[in-house]
Amino acid sequence: MVTVTLLKVEDLSISFGGLRAVSGFNLDLKPGELVGLIGPNGAGKTTVFNILTGFYQPQEGRIFFDGTEITGLGCHKINRLGIGRTFQNIRLFNELTVLENVKIAYQYAGRYSWGDAIFRTRVFHRHEKEITDWALSRLDIFNLAGKADEIAKNLPYGEQRRLEIARALAGRPRLLLLDEPAAGMNPQETVELLELIRWLRQEFSLTILLIEHDMSLVMKLCERILVLDYGMTIAEGSPEKIRNNPRVIEAYLGEEVS
Amino acid sequence: METEKTTGLESHTQAQTAEKWRKYLLPVGLLLLFLLNILIFMEKFGFNFVNRYYKGILILTFINIILAVSLNLINGITGLFSIGHAGFMAVGAYVSALLSINMGEWGFLPPQIQSIIEFPLVLILGGLAAAFAGLLIGVPTLRLRGDYLAIATLGFGEIIRVVALNLGITRGARGIPGIPNHTNFWWAQFFAVITVVIIWNIVRSNHGRAMAAIREDEMAAEAMGVNITYYKVLSFTIGAFFAGLAGGLFAHYLSYIAPRSFDVLKTIEILLMVVLGGLGSITGSVIAAVVLTALPEVLRFLQAYRMVIYAGTLVLLMIFRPQGLFGRAEVDLTVFQALKSRAAEKTKSQPGERGGNGDSA
Repeated sequence: MVTVTLLKVEDLSISFGGLRAVSGFNLDLKPGELVGLIGPNGAGKTTVFNILTGFYQPQEGRIFFDGTEITGLGCHKINRLGIGRTFQNIRLFNELTVLENVKIAYQYAGRYSWGDAIFRTRVFHRHEKEITDWALSRLDIFNLAGKADEIAKNLPYGEQRRLEIARALAGRPRLLLLDEPAAGMNPQETVELLELIRWLRQEFSLTILLIEHDMSLVMKLCERILVLDYGMTIAEGSPEKIRNNPRVIEAYLGEEVS
Repeated sequence: METEKTTGLESHTQAQTAEKWRKYLLPVGLLLLFLLNILIFMEKFGFNFVNRYYKGILILTFINIILAVSLNLINGITGLFSIGHAGFMAVGAYVSALLSINMGEWGFLPPQIQSIIEFPLVLILGGLAAAFAGLLIGVPTLRLRGDYLAIATLGFGEIIRVVALNLGITRGARGIPGIPNHTNFWWAQFFAVITVVIIWNIVRSNHGRAMAAIREDEMAAEAMGVNITYYKVLSFTIGAFFAGLAGGLFAHYLSYIAPRSFDVLKTIEILLMVVLGGLGSITGSVIAAVVLTALPEVLRFLQAYRMVIYAGTLVLLMIFRPQGLFGRAEVDLTVFQALKSRAAEKTKSQPGERGGNGDSA
């Protein structure tokens, strides 16, 4: 059976103290869609990500992923169901090597017991070899295989961003949440990133939800855009519609964008 | 944290120069251990090369290795700053000591066989009791981090000590005398080697990577599918198990335990070994345990100045190597891997003969 919606979010709300960070947020993602989430700073974009991945528990609303309700599930469980993410301020495992960073994301693949690990059984070796091979092939895709043994924090910024995406993909996600992937990148790198995201979606048949401030990237990349302001969705639609929406221009885009 | 970041580059180049001698560390260490074993084995033939005093230091060294390596799993690998290790040790020591004293003849086994199994069994039961204590402390303190966790574990260690001080069965401050003197060089060595191998293998597995991920970034670890609750609690439980094991060895070595053997100072002593060796480095913990156990004895000729020099050495080390002797580096196993692949080639050229499964480390 083909599911028509991969992710369904109904009336999501969360408050911190008196601040209503997200209120009445709705979202339907079809498989294979590439959707942008934009809005001014503090509009609640990252909060939405944090709720979707289980870091925050919403006070109201429900989330369905591929037909099953995931509201209130723990982070790692949601990850294993197939939602991967990156972080706005890169969160790599800094002191570990590039390869180890990716290997950690293969938690589901390390299906050997503590006993297998302690006695180094055949099962252990087989799984470890698989994990290493997979991780290396992931790094290869992102042009990082040559740096597999480097400590993650010593990588240049752009490569750290790429590593974070590589790591998120290791968890075999069907839905990938990218939180400002182009932040801090120069125009050249941003163009490469655009190509990369397009290619990834194709290659891994991903559905992608993306937070981004770089408007040219969002407009070129996304098929549909949601605009958040003060925790509320103020507009939704194709890039052209968003570009010309007076409320969006007032709240976020300003006059310049044409 | 901040200082670590600034010294990152520098420690990288240091690591490269250290590469050369790290290669020889394990072969040399194993050779020395082997020679020591021969020397002590010669006792059977009437040659007493190693007297009781030195043997006592060796036994304490092995016990300290177990303590340091197990604390390193909690503090260095998983990054949970625990300072209640002496508490776990106390649980293991008391449980195994009381079991040893009160365990009569089992009846269903001949006494000779019982005497062989009894000691390791009692030690493991002590370890399990400590592991249970680890579980008890691990679950409620899950949400605590850094200093707060440290204080909670410190409190836990004190609770254990005070309980031992006030319970009837532990005989309060008088302690428990007359514990059978079972711990000898061989048992201590056996359990120390087992501990190091087990923890080494855990760290170099999916489970160990999950623990390291928690240390590096809890939030990212969760988002990558690491079950942080599970691994935090298990880190505590496994660490506590081996601390309990060490406690049992300790009790059966001294034949006498009292609550004051397991006070905060004992924890600090173990923590020193871990920090000095390098948080996260098992090699470092082992070497620091050896050095810090031997150093006070080596310095004995200085009499009253002994502890001043000891403390001074620690201060100097922390000034010049804040990341510990080893940082996060480990012994280099490439020598053994080379030997193994050579052996594999040999067995390939001689079909029908199968090589041993020598892959313990």
